[in-house]
Amino acid sequence: MINPARQNARRRAYVNAEIVAPAQGLAGRGGILIEDGWILDVGPKVTKDSVGSSAQITDCKGVALIPGLIDMRVFTGEPGTEYRETLASASEAAAAGGVTTMIVMPNTQPVIDDAAIVDFILRRARDTASVRVAAMAAITKGLQGELMTEIGLLKEAGAVAITEGTKAVASANVFRRALTYAKDFDLLVVQHVEEPTLSTGVMNAGEAASRLGLSGNPAMAEVIMLERDLRLVEMTGARYHASQISSRQSVEVMRAAKAKGLPVTCGVSIHHLVLNENDIGAYRTFFKLSPPLRAEEDRRALVEALSDGTIDVIVSGHDPHSADTKRLPFAEAAYGAIGLETMLSAALGLHHNDGVPMARLVETMSSMPAGILRLETGRLAPGAPADFALLDKHLSWTVEKDGLRSRAKNSPFERRTLEGRAVETVVAGESVFAYARR
Amino acid sequence: MLAIEDISSLEAIRLLDLAERYVEVSRQTDKRQLVLQGRTQVNLFFEASTRTQSSFEIAGKRMGADVMNMAVATSAVSKGETLLDTAMTINAMQPDFLVVRHPSSGAAELLAQKVSCAVINAGDGQHEHPTQALLDALTIRRHKETFEGLTVAICGDVLHSRVARSNIHLLNRLGAHVRVVAPSTLLPSGIANFGVEVHRSMETGLRGADVVMMLRLQLERMTGAFVPSIREYYRFYGLDAGKLRLAKPDAMVMHPGPMNRGIEIDSDAADGVQSVIREQVEMGVAVRMAVLDALSRNIPGGDNA
Repeated sequence: MINPARQNARRRAYVNAEIVAPAQGLAGRGGILIEDGWILDVGPKVTKDSVGSSAQITDCKGVALIPGLIDMRVFTGEPGTEYRETLASASEAAAAGGVTTMIVMPNTQPVIDDAAIVDFILRRARDTASVRVAAMAAITKGLQGELMTEIGLLKEAGAVAITEGTKAVASANVFRRALTYAKDFDLLVVQHVEEPTLSTGVMNAGEAASRLGLSGNPAMAEVIMLERDLRLVEMTGARYHASQISSRQSVEVMRAAKAKGLPVTCGVSIHHLVLNENDIGAYRTFFKLSPPLRAEEDRRALVEALSDGTIDVIVSGHDPHSADTKRLPFAEAAYGAIGLETMLSAALGLHHNDGVPMARLVETMSSMPAGILRLETGRLAPGAPADFALLDKHLSWTVEKDGLRSRAKNSPFERRTLEGRAVETVVAGESVFAYARR
Repeated sequence: MLAIEDISSLEAIRLLDLAERYVEVSRQTDKRQLVLQGRTQVNLFFEASTRTQSSFEIAGKRMGADVMNMAVATSAVSKGETLLDTAMTINAMQPDFLVVRHPSSGAAELLAQKVSCAVINAGDGQHEHPTQALLDALTIRRHKETFEGLTVAICGDVLHSRVARSNIHLLNRLGAHVRVVAPSTLLPSGIANFGVEVHRSMETGLRGADVVMMLRLQLERMTGAFVPSIREYYRFYGLDAGKLRLAKPDAMVMHPGPMNRGIEIDSDAADGVQSVIREQVEMGVAVRMAVLDALSRNIPGGDNA
């Protein structure tokens, strides 16, 4: 016999919100009714009156309600370099940024190249993290680019895709076999598209690099790897995802591949959408990324490709580094920037400044990655997990080093004021973050 | 002083004028100056250098400063201490000037952000070497009346050269017409946007030049095959009497040193009547004295502070 009072306590409703869930065709005033971590109902019919006293009600006062974001490219230091970031600290940053699922990369110590380590990550996340965590496993043992990992066992253990994370599989032969084998298990293969022998530089090749006296990394290094991979996809039929593209030429290559009907998708990091090589200024190492920030012309091509559907997902590329690997001369500093907490706010900048529709931004960070990774989250529909975020599009806030939840502070947005942010984040029906105005 | 790119032509000319005075001083028997009396200058060299380090040391001593040379090979740096830790340690000893050479571009800039004394960039990676450009300009000015309309051919390994970058910025600013002459593999991308004329052969690049500035082929910085062989490089890009005849008859031959004789320059050209290579070394001390003097006015306790 169900106790009605207890049932009511578990049932919650968020009403009077602007719902933005393009994959479900939802846009406009409405609410969401959840119970035990699942969505019971969502849409214009869920109102204060319709819910009545059957649930505990939160009035959203008109802010946006979006599916919880899924970030397909997150690095933490767990296991191995916990001083950089743990799953727990990364999840705090994620929650503050409206991210309810983070996909962690296999570049840990030890590398996620064994089913036991996938299992370790998932159990550590269950016990310590406040958002959902899924893992991509390595394509090759130890990320050495030679011997294939146990792709079937990794998938069975829960790996959602395979990737080498920060580098490409250089050998065309090894990569071809991995694609061929992964196809049998219907597992997604994710590539970091940089041809290693052409990408020895530390920033985008060109005039800016020449002025700074820094070695350059040409966009061609990315295009060549991408074109090679697409030929191998054509040959093998495997599902392929280019983790991040950064150049105008790569956009053209992806556009052509999609027109051909290849099973390929690609992502872009939020940093490449809102920053360019000139932001490096006087050797600011927080802007040293891989692939490098490119010219403004490239950035504009990426924004356009995001709008027209050529680019499928936005990632944060969250990569925490402490001062001892960043406060160095530019060429010696580590690559990478944190981004979990600022991805959504920075993406809103594309809405405010570049006219990218809100709905497009939301889907590239929720339903699109969910579809590519075949996750059950990322949507607002009855029966789906209750993962969502409340978003105040116009709330402006300043990114301060001390306010960031990530253990590392290497944010390229430090001291910048951004417009819009998550004000509440809900994972499996539980509120894991609420913004406190300071 | 971190980069020529940050210096106006007026400031540069003032420094050259000041340096002229120190050329005279340096030729006297008693060279002692009191401008930097009581000041401490630390030469922090993370890269082997004979001429630049000794030039800064002599300049500092002539100006009356206490000069300390930091021998990096035997210091904490080789024990894993970072650049900034080393700099902060030295900074705590209250020097007035830090002269820095480092193999990474931007190292001087990074130090300058963190220390409280004046930082002089004595060469950072492939970025800049401002005092070298000033001493080259001083040498040129002593032989040619004006920079206006002067054609300067900078030849050789432009890609790896901080000397080339600083010289391009300074000579352009002073009104000279700058050419770079090198095989395409040794030219940085986008070099044409630096306001230079780009030549791939010595035949066209040297024709009618007033100044021929040779660069050291930086074999130690080359991590790939940029040129096929020394023999081939010398044949097409090495300065010899035959190639030098393409330039004006009174063209000056310059080289920042140390020279690879028989690679980018042969001994006839290096030691011939048109060569001012040894004079460049002399001007180096005078220019560094001038830079120390100018900076001393802008640090705590200086005239303009």
